[in-house]
Amino acid sequence: MFDLLATGAKMAVWMTVLLSVTPVMVWVERRGAALIQDRLGPNRVGPLGLFQSLADAVKLLFKEDIATLESDKFLYTLAPMLAVVPALTTFVVIPFGPDIEVAGRPVSLLVSEAETGALLLLALASLGVYSLVMAGYSANNKYSLMGAVRASAQMISYELALALSVVAALVPVGSLRLDHVVSYQQGTWWGFLPHWNLFPQFIGFLVFLIASFAETNRLPFDLPEAESELVAGYHTEYSSMKFSLFFMGEYMSMATLSILASTLFLGGWHLPGLDYSGWWVTAATTGLLVLMAKAALFLLLFVWVRWTFPRFRFDQLLRLGWKVLLPLAIANLVLVAALTVSGVL
Amino acid sequence: MANYIPILVFVLVAIGFLIVSLMAARIFRHGGKGGTNADPYECGNEADSLAHDHRFSIRYYLIAVLFVIFDVETIFLFPWAVMFDRLALFGFIEMMVFLAILVVGYVYVWNRGALDWA
Repeated sequence: MFDLLATGAKMAVWMTVLLSVTPVMVWVERRGAALIQDRLGPNRVGPLGLFQSLADAVKLLFKEDIATLESDKFLYTLAPMLAVVPALTTFVVIPFGPDIEVAGRPVSLLVSEAETGALLLLALASLGVYSLVMAGYSANNKYSLMGAVRASAQMISYELALALSVVAALVPVGSLRLDHVVSYQQGTWWGFLPHWNLFPQFIGFLVFLIASFAETNRLPFDLPEAESELVAGYHTEYSSMKFSLFFMGEYMSMATLSILASTLFLGGWHLPGLDYSGWWVTAATTGLLVLMAKAALFLLLFVWVRWTFPRFRFDQLLRLGWKVLLPLAIANLVLVAALTVSGVL
Repeated sequence: MANYIPILVFVLVAIGFLIVSLMAARIFRHGGKGGTNADPYECGNEADSLAHDHRFSIRYYLIAVLFVIFDVETIFLFPWAVMFDRLALFGFIEMMVFLAILVVGYVYVWNRGALDWA
């Protein structure tokens, strides 16, 4: 009974974070765009325009639900669902706080202690490509189809580099579980430099970061949606709630990759100098807040990059993925393995 | 196995969320005008052909096949990474041999121009 309650509470924490990430990020994105482009942005609905996303959600709820005449109705409905479910589920293996003790019983702050951890997360995250392909194919619209084939080629190309940089981060830890990755990164080097994977694996971190922009189809890798050439790419024909599900899926996978980057390379919920030994509520809250702060840095970077860089051409995109990031990721793996086997890490 | 049950529950919660939101949209949404609204969007022109009548470049298949090859190699690295502290130097050398063979294939693919898009 106690375990059941604990698991339920941990799920509730993640669900709250996940369902609030989309409205908050939409607001940050639009205000950030306005800031960069020297205009006001949404500022009418609520203080500072904070309720704009809620108003948009209500508007989308009332919109007509269009399915094109010749579309494959089954895949057309399945695609937005497949965009959300894996994006929501990836969080079960990410820890958001230290092992705490509630009423004399130990509780670890991750929903599932599955040994497959990071591998499970990668497997779930890569399911996202199916939703894009299904969406683009089923709508029977030329823009959607082009967006879908581009999306599939792009996401699978960058998934290699992404997975290789994740493997490199796991080598010194010797476990796939992300709570082990976090506990490995506790402490400091020479008393002042946090013992984070970021420093010895800076190449891997850069590869992961660039690949995560491509995986989430964000600028400068937004060719699958490329609004100036493909209207809206794979979701051109979508409207109403189905469209907002794609929207949520996109922001949730951004959140997933940001939180994964924080966990793999920036020490996750742990920050040297903070005290995690106190009352379990403070310990858990501190852990969650530290993790969210680190992830917020990446999310802000996503926004900043979007309004700063122009879009790649498709040949440039594939060249970067296959000829630059893949060799870099392999070199990083060899380097990390050599450092680990020689006892430096 | 018990560790995987929360994952299943989480999937069910996610599906429940989907059902609630899609049902809410079904109740509230505008009925729809029908007619040309249901034509595939093509910048206002009438579509003269369907998307499924067309083909797309063979190069996309090539990328997919290359991905399958390299992704299998990547998956092979995961158990090695987990056992790395126990395999030590032996594991390191073994994996360098494996990666060397992989790189030979990679250089071959690069030289044959399979990674170019032109």
